[in-house]
Amino acid sequence: MDNKNLNNLPKELFKPLVNQENTSEKISRPSRTFGQNARRTLFKNIPAMISLTLLILIILMSIIGPFMNSYGSKDQKLEHAKLPPRVPGLENVSWLGFNGTLSDEMTGATVEQATQKAYLRFNKDEEFIDIKVISEGDGSPNSAEVKAIYHIYDAKGLDDTYYWLGTDQLGRDQWTRLWEGTRVSLIIAFVAALLDLVIGVAYGGISGFYGGRVDNFMQRIIEILAGIPNLVIILLMMLFLKPGMTSIIIALVITGWTGMARIVRGEVLKLKNQEFVLAARTLGTSNGKIIRKHLIPNISGIIIVNTMFTIPTAVFFESFLSFIGLGIAPPAASLGSLIDIGFDNMQIYPYMLVFPAALLSIIMIAFNILGDGLRDAFDPKMHK
Amino acid sequence: MTQYILRRIGYMILTLFIIATVTFFLMKLMPGSPLKAEDKLTEEQKQIVLESYGLNDPVPVQYVRFLGNLVQGDLGISYNFDNTPVTEILVERLGPSMQLGLYAVLIGTFFGIILGLIAAIFHNGFWDYTSTIIAVLGTSIPSFVFAGLLQYIFAVELGWLPVALWGEPKHMVLPIIALAIGPMATAARFVRTEMIEVKGSNYIITAKAKGLSKSERVWKHGLRNALIPLVTVMGPMIISLMTGSMVIEKIFAIPGIGEQFVTSVMVNDYPTIMGTTLIYAFGFIVILLIIDLLYGLIDPRIRVTGGSK
Repeated sequence: MDNKNLNNLPKELFKPLVNQENTSEKISRPSRTFGQNARRTLFKNIPAMISLTLLILIILMSIIGPFMNSYGSKDQKLEHAKLPPRVPGLENVSWLGFNGTLSDEMTGATVEQATQKAYLRFNKDEEFIDIKVISEGDGSPNSAEVKAIYHIYDAKGLDDTYYWLGTDQLGRDQWTRLWEGTRVSLIIAFVAALLDLVIGVAYGGISGFYGGRVDNFMQRIIEILAGIPNLVIILLMMLFLKPGMTSIIIALVITGWTGMARIVRGEVLKLKNQEFVLAARTLGTSNGKIIRKHLIPNISGIIIVNTMFTIPTAVFFESFLSFIGLGIAPPAASLGSLIDIGFDNMQIYPYMLVFPAALLSIIMIAFNILGDGLRDAFDPKMHK
Repeated sequence: MTQYILRRIGYMILTLFIIATVTFFLMKLMPGSPLKAEDKLTEEQKQIVLESYGLNDPVPVQYVRFLGNLVQGDLGISYNFDNTPVTEILVERLGPSMQLGLYAVLIGTFFGIILGLIAAIFHNGFWDYTSTIIAVLGTSIPSFVFAGLLQYIFAVELGWLPVALWGEPKHMVLPIIALAIGPMATAARFVRTEMIEVKGSNYIITAKAKGLSKSERVWKHGLRNALIPLVTVMGPMIISLMTGSMVIEKIFAIPGIGEQFVTSVMVNDYPTIMGTTLIYAFGFIVILLIIDLLYGLIDPRIRVTGGSK
């Protein structure tokens, strides 16, 4: 717009703003507490809510899943070893892969040769093997290709037997072991996160609140502990302790709490000089009560978010340790040890790897998305 | 600055000393010796074997000797692998591990920056959501699950690349991709947040007011400033990379440090376990130190405040 025009604005355009009693006192939106706002933001976050639902479902399944069929997680039945998944009802939908058949593609100079290879591959049970010719071949090596489908349940005479997710190399039911393994993994993660929380909040709270020499001393300890890579400590602890759930929890907590302690200390340092703490102190409130009633509630958001991110880290480390052979000892199962076995059989029996790997990934993704959602929920900037 | 570096190096030596001590005494407390039950040695022969490893001396003497040897880079003799010196075994295996880690960091960070940049430029658009989903998947899914997926699709089913082993470039493709996805996701997430913040900053508005083109604003002014804090996440990134490389090496049978560790654990080869642990600790601590110092070098603002302290 032109400068001249701005100077020559007609006076009629200017109107005094009338201060009206009824509008100035009007509340534009309902007043909510911080907790209500946080909950609203979280409930509106669709990915986070889907993750939460999935996680609740997985936790429920890890409790009731093993009881849904009659197989025990440690029942070995060698003659039932390495059976593919077979689910009643779904077995007639061939592309789902729950029909209890093994299949493989074989090549040879002629169809005949490839077929023979396929028979050898599946125990020579010719009557239970369907052969589909993919290419006829011209006589040169590996030009002919056939697809062999082996009805292993029929071959073993197991007409009424159903292993929903198949069996492992010792004939143990994968469905039962998968959910029991999930249970083990989740218990380790939750207990480790809880211990991190308790130790970290106590340590950080005391360190930040008392300050001075106490803080200085406590921070030096943390500095040395945090300087040692947690991978090294966890590996050493796992070598030293007997493999099992308690050992993994101890190994994870020894280094894990320092992160929480640092965050809590920083927040307490920020809060402890604010007026409401001073007011409480003036009124004669004891130190312990100030920490419990004034400081902890104010930093609870950060504590919850941090714990939410500790859980997937713990799930990951547990599966990592079990995977490299330092975690859960057989015959007990965890997601990591199931994946480890799955890798050994990946080429021929991929189902042994697919289900535990997929479940582990879902758990990790869901916890991370839920953690992100909680972080947004506790961030006043994100409230609408 | 010099004082700061010296203090950091002092801390580093202290940490390494603590790790070495803890490792040594933990190993001493564990059962197992170089003697194998199936060897059926006489008492005298057993004594000779123990003597040759120096295991007959009192523990404090062994400890002092261990520290002395450590300073000179001697990590003892392996109980397995034909009694090769541990240092020799590890030096041989350092190459593949470092190759793998370096390529994974470089490739991962490069693609992560690009992904994050695209997300920030098209903020709240289709590309933003796509790259955010990739970033969430990359940070959540463990690298060994990715490795399994890649191995199954590209090696077992399609047969385009070898399943395992190390040496030729074609062997390196799958492990590097599996390992690079983590750093990529971390970098993408970080660059996105930083770029969105930088986009709203005053100097970008000034640049826009001066009439600089969008590409100039993004590349010259935006990205440079958004990349500085990326150095801070390099530390956690490298920790997860070391953890990841241990499983990736196991899966793809790569003759690296991590694979050696897993094998040594299986056969209770304590000198090698100790050596690998120390190498890991040393590498980790040195890299963190370098990153810290680098951060001061890249960002002049930090150097100035650091100097005035």
